[in-house]
Amino acid sequence: MKGDKRPMLRPLYSRRGRVEILHGSGGRAMAQLVAELFKVAFDNAWLEQGNDAAVLPQVSGRLVMSCDSHVVSPLFFEGGDIGCLSVHGTINDVSMMGAQPLYLTASFILEEGFPFADLERIVASMASAARDAGVSIVAGDTKVVEKGKGDGVFITTTGIGVLREGIVLSGDLAQPGDRILLSGTIGDHGMAVLSRRENLEFDAPIFSDTAPLHGLVATMLDCGARVRVLRDPTRGGLATTLNEIAQQSGVGMLLNESAIPIKKPVEAACEFLGLDPLYVANEGKLVAVCAPEDAVHLLEVMRAHPLAREAAAIGEVAEDSRRFVQMNTRLGGRRIVDWLAGEPLPRIC
Amino acid sequence: MKYLDEFRDAALAEHISASITREATSSSGYRLMEFCGGHTHAISRYGITDLLPATIRLIHGPGCPVCVLPVGRINQAVRLVRERDVILCTYADVLRVPCSGQMSLMRARSEGADVRMIYSTQNALQVARENPERQVVFFAIGFETTTPPTAVAVKQAHASGMENFSILCNHVLTPAAMQAILSARTGKMLDGFVGPAHVSTVIGSKPYERFAAEYSKAVVIAGFEPLDVMQAILMLVRQINQGRATVENEFSRAVTREGNLKAQKLVAEVFELRDAFEWRGLGSISESALKLRPEFSRFDAELKFGVDYVPVRDHKACECAAVLCGEKRPQECRIFGTVCTPENPVGSCMVSSEGACAAYYSYGRFREELT
Repeated sequence: MKGDKRPMLRPLYSRRGRVEILHGSGGRAMAQLVAELFKVAFDNAWLEQGNDAAVLPQVSGRLVMSCDSHVVSPLFFEGGDIGCLSVHGTINDVSMMGAQPLYLTASFILEEGFPFADLERIVASMASAARDAGVSIVAGDTKVVEKGKGDGVFITTTGIGVLREGIVLSGDLAQPGDRILLSGTIGDHGMAVLSRRENLEFDAPIFSDTAPLHGLVATMLDCGARVRVLRDPTRGGLATTLNEIAQQSGVGMLLNESAIPIKKPVEAACEFLGLDPLYVANEGKLVAVCAPEDAVHLLEVMRAHPLAREAAAIGEVAEDSRRFVQMNTRLGGRRIVDWLAGEPLPRIC
Repeated sequence: MKYLDEFRDAALAEHISASITREATSSSGYRLMEFCGGHTHAISRYGITDLLPATIRLIHGPGCPVCVLPVGRINQAVRLVRERDVILCTYADVLRVPCSGQMSLMRARSEGADVRMIYSTQNALQVARENPERQVVFFAIGFETTTPPTAVAVKQAHASGMENFSILCNHVLTPAAMQAILSARTGKMLDGFVGPAHVSTVIGSKPYERFAAEYSKAVVIAGFEPLDVMQAILMLVRQINQGRATVENEFSRAVTREGNLKAQKLVAEVFELRDAFEWRGLGSISESALKLRPEFSRFDAELKFGVDYVPVRDHKACECAAVLCGEKRPQECRIFGTVCTPENPVGSCMVSSEGACAAYYSYGRFREELT
């Protein structure tokens, strides 16, 4: 072989290109995938270095870390896809502690035969979501499983953020009398995914609310209100999140059903599929528990932010050793809003 | 939302509530059975009992198809997937019903059995078409509402000569269950029924007329929206106050006296009466369920795979039986909310969202310690 002859590598993106087992086995094919797809899309010095781990600069403040796996089906839905969802999901988990998210890692489990065109679309969506949120995807991993052993692609992201002095948020800090605020309508994400899955078409399409919430959180924490708990009601919906807080804080809650915002098409779709929107996932909403005196101000601040225009005060924390979340129904009766039990819901995040 | 908001209107609810309170003054009270799980669910989810005076006592009926299915029927399904290696297609709420040997379809699935959750009989047919080399069984359950779609599926399978599709038939009949309740102890103390909603769209209001006449019980057929239920309660109170016992139809937007004749004809083409069928709680009731007619018997999974029904006793602490025939309230069961919870159900009434125990546990148990 002459010295100037290089081995030919097939281009990654032929129109019918698909993931092969080789792309996860650590050889040239994998190196090509990383170089041509991930490094180009995520575009930062840490990835470019190509080391086993990213060495990050020193930060001032406590570190906050979280991770989230994404197995949504279908991969693409109205208002988003598994790519941006996997970025927003982890950014939001870090943000709910009051932290500024800085870095993400992304781990891909790809199924043999998955089209490169789809993977490219997903990676582009992740890159753009990360860029918009001001975070860098600094490390990653790719594995390929045999056909039939995965469902296209699963993505796990891990996030690190920094928390400035003086911020203490925790699920065990809710106190009787505190107000419960919700940043907007419930059920949008879950119903966007489910209606795509069930091929339901409504007059007005339902869009996922997937969005990064750290900007909204920063605004809320800067306004001086005494915020005690922040949490994003993702899988399991608002009902599950409130039960978690009640459990952790050893309190009860009383909600007002007619105060909980919900879009009409979402309500209709829930009705159609026999689902209670209180249990349907959100990906761009948060619940805040705050001191009663600060609720009005905090609500105003939230409503001034583009991601919380429809924020509402939905209830208050009450003393209750049984830790029940109760709700005054819109009909005028009362009921428990319990932990999710019963039918397994399809994969929506 | 059209057809929804108007049936959940708080001002109207208050208005009906005031009328009921004003009129339900008989010192002997009003014992009303809401027949369907759908009603039970609406009552609990909207907190309707808070809007009723103390004179009204609502008693949950047996109208929850998952709840009335005896353990032996689930055992049959489990045997089909574990011993006959079929693909079993089922509606979701059957999955978690416990059966013999601490088993359930969900657990069988986790051990490798091929159990698939479907939304309609058409999904089951689709699974059969996509798996021509496998046998596919549809776990057909439900009252008269779900029977016509099963009949359609069987006719389609018949017409296209499908060899790998069959049904495990557990379709049951509402009037037979009502008859059983009326003949039992509970029946004598009842003043009236909130009659079935969706079932009645198929069978009409006529089948209930003989109950009103023979047993002198007021019957008001009601929809599943909260205001439907409240309006029906008001209508029942008025009948009882006037000493009448007739069948009235609150759900007139969907139910006629004759019902859906086309659906009835379809069901009659495909199904015939079983001599007897065992119900959880109500025991064996003659002519209370359906089986496939001889010309469709090759779609009968019980015959095709030779899995006979073997009766099994319920868990000895479980009071589902008494709850289902209205003799006990869920919270009167010793294991309610302790051993038996939605996460770890002992009996079927804690599984289905239409089950009285699950409805009471999920929506109403705050009342227990307050009162």
